[in-house]
This record gives sequence, structure tokens and C-alpha cells, in this order.
Amino acid sequence: MSKDLPDALRRNPLLSTWLQFDNEKVLVQTGKVELGQGISTAIAMIAAEELDVSLNQIDIKTGRTDSGPNEFLTAGSMSIEGSGSAVRQACADARSYLLNQAAGLFDVSSKELSICDGIISNPAGNEQISYWQLLDGSQLDFEANGEAKAKAPSQYKLVGHSTTRIDLLGKLTGETAFIQDLKFENALYARIVRPPGMAFSLSSLDASDVEAMPGVCKVVVDGNFIGVIADNEFTAVEARKKLHQLAEWRTKPEDRLPSDIPRFLKENVDDSLLVEDGTPVETSIPPLLEAAGGIRCSAAYFKPYHLHGSIGPSAAIAEFRDNRLTIYSHSQGPHVVRAAISQALDMDLDQITVIHAENAGCYGHNGADDAAMDAAMLARQYPGHPIFLQWQREDEHLWEPFSPAMLVELDASVIDGSIRTWNADIYSQTHMGRPIPFGSVTNLVAAWQKSESMPRAEARPGIAFHGGIHRNADPYYQIPAKRIVKNLVRDQKVRTSSTRSLGAFANVFAIETFMNELAHASGQDDVQFRLNHLRDHRGRAVIMSTAARLKDYQVEEREGWQYGRGIAFARYKNSKCYTAVGVVLGVNQETLEISLRHTVISADAGQVIDKDGLTNQLEGGFIQAASWTLKEAVQLGEFASISENWDSYPILTFPEVPTVETIILDQPEEPNLGAGEATQGPTPAAISNAIFDATGIRIREIPFLPDLLRSLALKD
Amino acid sequence: MTSYSLTLNGQRRTVQADGNTFLLYVLRNELGINSPKYGCGTERCGACRVLVDGEIAYACTRTLNDSSGTNIVTVEGLSKEGQLHPLQRNFLDLNAGQCGYCLSGILISAYKLLETNPCPQRSEITEALKDNLCRCGAHNRIIEAIKATAGEADE
Repeated sequence: MSKDLPDALRRNPLLSTWLQFDNEKVLVQTGKVELGQGISTAIAMIAAEELDVSLNQIDIKTGRTDSGPNEFLTAGSMSIEGSGSAVRQACADARSYLLNQAAGLFDVSSKELSICDGIISNPAGNEQISYWQLLDGSQLDFEANGEAKAKAPSQYKLVGHSTTRIDLLGKLTGETAFIQDLKFENALYARIVRPPGMAFSLSSLDASDVEAMPGVCKVVVDGNFIGVIADNEFTAVEARKKLHQLAEWRTKPEDRLPSDIPRFLKENVDDSLLVEDGTPVETSIPPLLEAAGGIRCSAAYFKPYHLHGSIGPSAAIAEFRDNRLTIYSHSQGPHVVRAAISQALDMDLDQITVIHAENAGCYGHNGADDAAMDAAMLARQYPGHPIFLQWQREDEHLWEPFSPAMLVELDASVIDGSIRTWNADIYSQTHMGRPIPFGSVTNLVAAWQKSESMPRAEARPGIAFHGGIHRNADPYYQIPAKRIVKNLVRDQKVRTSSTRSLGAFANVFAIETFMNELAHASGQDDVQFRLNHLRDHRGRAVIMSTAARLKDYQVEEREGWQYGRGIAFARYKNSKCYTAVGVVLGVNQETLEISLRHTVISADAGQVIDKDGLTNQLEGGFIQAASWTLKEAVQLGEFASISENWDSYPILTFPEVPTVETIILDQPEEPNLGAGEATQGPTPAAISNAIFDATGIRIREIPFLPDLLRSLALKD
Repeated sequence: MTSYSLTLNGQRRTVQADGNTFLLYVLRNELGINSPKYGCGTERCGACRVLVDGEIAYACTRTLNDSSGTNIVTVEGLSKEGQLHPLQRNFLDLNAGQCGYCLSGILISAYKLLETNPCPQRSEITEALKDNLCRCGAHNRIIEAIKATAGEADE
């Protein structure tokens, strides 16, 4: 067997795991899941290209534990590189095998043959045979050998161009597209009743009035876990409301939440690790680096807790029948959540099947896995019916794991216009709160809550290359001396986990705002200052592209507004997509309201598969990050979050969205570089830099609300 | 349980349910309609929007009682005889969406806008969509798809 197989293919080498040939179509099974990011379209394009079939001959099935490959999680902008390269090689091997079969049949060299729409033709003998005729109902039940060479990018007809999303039509016409749309015979409806926050436990509940409600099938109370099952959805919602009124909860003084978050982070550090070249190392933390002479600057940057804020609250469908559980879930890792549920419910792995079904975009670890566990708990208590559970809005707002608050302190010295020393101290709770597929600890809420509860997994410092807290903590610039320290606060009174781009959002916000501060302090142009510290020509190219376009953009000015421009750059994980974001905005002189007017994104994601899909991800990432930056912060009460809906946690709305233009610097001969999270980091810094350009106010704390701007203006 | 009649996408339908039930659950679970989505239950995200007697309504808070005898249009009713409505076609052609959960509510808002204002400016489009939330950041594509539809009607 070839040693060069892509990872996912090496772990799942059977070709029929990836490809099934039936009815003139190819079913491509990928372990990655559709999260609204368009992965199924990109994977379909890769398969169609490599197999020489048309796009409409491809069907995609994603993320099931009972068939197809196991590709763990769909996260970290790795799907095109991971699953994409596996599918590409699997298809190349399949194509080569089928071509050789046909060549044998026609008694010619395979070089003489051509393939179109899955039909292999021998022009000389005027013969043809299709993939499906060759296979005659059998499948490729043998392992990939990696010997077939995938097509050279110059031969591509489909990959690299734009296409229409294969999943979009159903979403525009009301077809079955989402987990909520799946219909089952004998289905029942469920809701959960969560306490106000994690610190609360149940002191009393008399559910008899609710059990007596017509339509209620069962009230499940297991420790602090409460759920209700009804024969119609409205009754489930009404019963939940009543249970909330009836339940009494208690809490303990030691569970009080911090009020000053930056201080809480600084004073509760459990682990400090030096980060070298993007990877934490076991060594003592050196003192701050200093240089003699020149200019020294330091500044602290803060982002609060954020929500993923899916528009569709988490949901799941579970059925317990014949001692087996079948769960439909929008989890990012069907195999992972299956294993975690089997641990929590003390069931064998092969008693549980998890099938992925789409919900609204999740942008990281939201309530999906917890909802799957909740539905499983309820289904076990009421066997024989598919039970549809959807969380209410406040369940999602209060119980999804938050994106951790982060504090980033930077300090640098500039001598003769060049950065000589760079110190970074980053403080955060964990970004790694996902379910754990093995062991005796868990990260599923219902498993903590149930009477035979499993303990919570303790946060541990991640040591992966550009892992969580230290993702993009290392500036992608030429700096002779760097001291970068990640500080983990293990405390999980406020539950935190992965959100799109993890630590890169706060780290790049800090680095790229600080770059402007250093340029300003040393009297240099901020774009030139970046270029002077950057050797990588692909990084330079995106910066120059955005800077040039930003300069040319004519903003229509309004009376009473000051305008400014700002730019920021990052290479995601210092190894993925290069992105430079430029922003034009206005600040109202009276109200200090910020109005984004226009955005330029230049990106180099290596070889492009689906150009419009890539553009869509980059634009969307900018708008989402702009919303985090301008408007969002979870508000903590004494014992729990009080940001329970869209009124108390507002997000960017249509009138607040600027026009966006995206410039893709395609590199057809270079590897694909993950881009789904690439604009998150540069966005807040570009906005902060533009505000400084407009007003002279340097804003280092998210969200950039007018009141904060006013207090900063008064300070200056 | 009482019997209620209403017109749904041009067809007369009867449903047996508790009159206090929200229209959203009746449409989705009793009448085979998928497009309106539960998002917030408090009229704050627009994912459940439908037209009731030609006006925008929130199916997540409107009761069946208040919907009895009305004329309801959902996204399923926009395409006619298998032909996509121009809004649907332009949303599809311009990939105006990512996860797509918010889209049916947005299509309803856009349909209503174009009915009253066939050639809206960008600011009029964003104003019409101000109560529709999109979390993926597909806003500009959605605006462009609505503009493109208006442009076709203008020709």
C-alpha cells in the first residue's frame, strides 16, 4: 500500500466507504458534515472533476456513524484539505481501476480511452462502457492504493470555478432540508427545562399538574435534568413553561460569577506555557524581553464572552427501540458525540447510531451535542417513538458553551523603525470544551445533571500547533526576539468552548491593532510598516491588494460624520489562508455611533475549489466578526448569564451591514488552504484602526459601543 | 379540539387543534409545511415569517384562533406550477445564503417589499429586512438577489 495516502483515506482505506456506484450516479460519502459552509458542494466538485462525471451525477451523504468514513470533527477549516484530498485520491484510484478494466475489455491501452459523464469510450474501436456497466451492481470493495495520480490543476474543468450550492434549492422552496423538517410516524415532541444557569440545582418540583395536562406523555426528572414529552409541539412548549414556574432551584455563594472579567482572568491562571513557533513548550517562562533605546509600547486588548448565536436553536431526534438508540443530530462530530453518549448512558457503542442532519449554522461547538444527549435521555425514558427535541431560544442563549473572554497584553520595542522585541501574555479559559469520546469524565450537560452524574472534564492546556488560546498568538512578521505566553484559567463556572477561529479572533485583533500603534508611535505608514516586517510574498500581496483598493474607494460622505480607513492582516494559523481586511467607516460626531460603509477583503487560499463558495465564507466571516466586534457581549448576572434573547444580546442587522468586495488571489498550483475562519481575526483590528483614523480614539475593548468610545474620548 | 379552516397557498385546508396553538406548529406539524422556522418565539428574528391576508405575520406568536378564515402564503406557495418565483431563482443563482435557516423568512419579507415597492434602493431593502436576522453573514448576497429580481421586473 502506498504510504502517501491522505490521512482520512489512510484511516478509512476501503474505496466503497467513500464511493458507491448505483443507478448512473455516484454517492460520495464524507465524514465531514454540512454546517451551511458549503462543504458538500466543494466535495461534490472535487469528486465530479476527478471521476469525469457531471456534478448532477454526484450525490453527497455526510456524517453517519453506520456508513461512510469516520472523519472525527468538522472544524478548524480543515475539511477541504482533509476530506477533500481524501475524496480526490479515492476518486483518482477508482477512476484508474475502472479505466484499466475497460482497457482490458477493449484490449487497448488505457491511454487510448476517454471518459465523459462516467462513460468510458474507445474512439478507435467505436466502443463504450459506463462505470455502472463495468461494476454491474458491485462496489469497489478494496483499498485505495494511492497509486493513481490525481489530475493536474491545469486539466480542471470544474474545480476553481463558481457553481450553485447543491443544498440551496431545497432551502429556498421548503423541501426537507433541516433536522426540523424530518418527519416520522408516531413522532412525539419534547422540550427541556434547564435551570437559570450551571450553578443551580433542583430543590423541589411537583410536576403532577403538568403530568395531568392533556397531551403530555411524560415528565422526565433525573437529578437536575428535566424534560417533557408531549404528543404535540405546542403542549410541549406550554408544559415547559409550567415546569419552569413550578421548579425551585438553589445555588451556593461560592458559585458567584466574576464581575470584572479581565481581572478574573489575570488572577486565576492555572497554567502558563511559553509558545514557540506556534506550539507550547515545557520550559520556564522567561522575563519580559527588553531592548535598549528606541520606542517601547504596551497595550492590553479584551474580548468578552460571545455566543455562537445560531438562528435555529439546537435540536435532535432520538428513538430508543429494541435496546438501540438512533439519533439524528447536527453535531460537528457524529462519531465523537456517539462515543460520548455511549459513555454517559453506559451503552455499548454499537447500540447507538448517530446520523447527521443540518440545522442552522453553528460556527463551532454550540448546543448541538447537548441536544443530542438530551434527546437520548428522553428517548430512553419513553421507548418506541421518535422524539423530536428543539431547544427554546433562551435554552440556546443561556446554555450553549460561550466563546471565552480573552485578555491579550502586548509589549514591544521599535528601534530605527523595526520591531526588535515582542512580548505577549494571553489570558483565557479553554476553547476545548467539546464532548470527550472516552473515559469517565464528560462535557455533556445532561450527563452532569442526571442523578448518576458524570464529573465534568477539567480544562487542560492544549499543546497543538496554533491550538486554542495561542492560535495566531505568534505574529506572522519578522521579529528577532519574541516571548509569547499563554495563560489558561481552568475555571469553568462560565462554560466555554470552540467558536469559529478560536483564539485567533482576539490574538489578531490585538496584534494588528498594536501594529498600527507601533507604526503610529514610530511615525511610519501602517501598511508600509507591515510590509517592512513581512518577507512572505503571498502575505505581502494580499496586503498590497487590499491597501490599493481601499485607497481608491470613494465614500459618500454625510454631514456630521467623520470617516476613516483601517487595514489588518493575518495568515490563519500562520499556515493557512492569507487575508487582508480593509474597512471604511464613519463615526457620528454627536452620538459616536459607528457606521461601516465598505469592506475590501483580499485572500489567498491556495488552489480554489469553489470560487463563489470561498468568497461567501470570507464575506460571511467578516460580517459575523464585525457583529462580534461592534455589538456583542454576554452579560453575566450574579450566578448566570442574563443575555437570554436577541434583545439582551443584539447582533448586526441588515441596515448595519456594509458593502463588501472580495478579491481572490488564486494559486491553482498551490495546495488548498483552509479559509472558513480566515477573516475573523483581521476584522476587529481593521475596524479599530479605521476608528482611530477617523477620530484619533484608540479602542482596545470589544464591543466597540458608543458609550465606550465616549469614555475613551474624554480620557484622551 | 376545534376545527379551523384557512386558505394555505391557495388551497382551502381544515385542521383540528387547540385554538391557542401557534400557527407555526400547525403549519409545520399538521399541514406539511417546512419553510417557516422556529428561531426565537418572540418576533425577534423573522425566521417564521409568513403572509397572513397579504401582511407579514410571525407564525411563532400568532395563534390558530387568530388565523382562522385567513389567507396564508408561505414560501411553498411562491413557486407556481413547478417554476421558481424570480426571487427564489435569483437567491439560487447568486448563492444568496449559507446555512439557509433564515431564508424563508427573508423571502417573505422580500416578496412583500417588491409588491409595494418594485424598484427598491439598497437602503429600502435593508430597512425591509431589519427584523430578519442572518448569522452567517450572507446579507449582501441577499440584498443583491432582491435587487436582481427588482431589475428583471423593471425590464
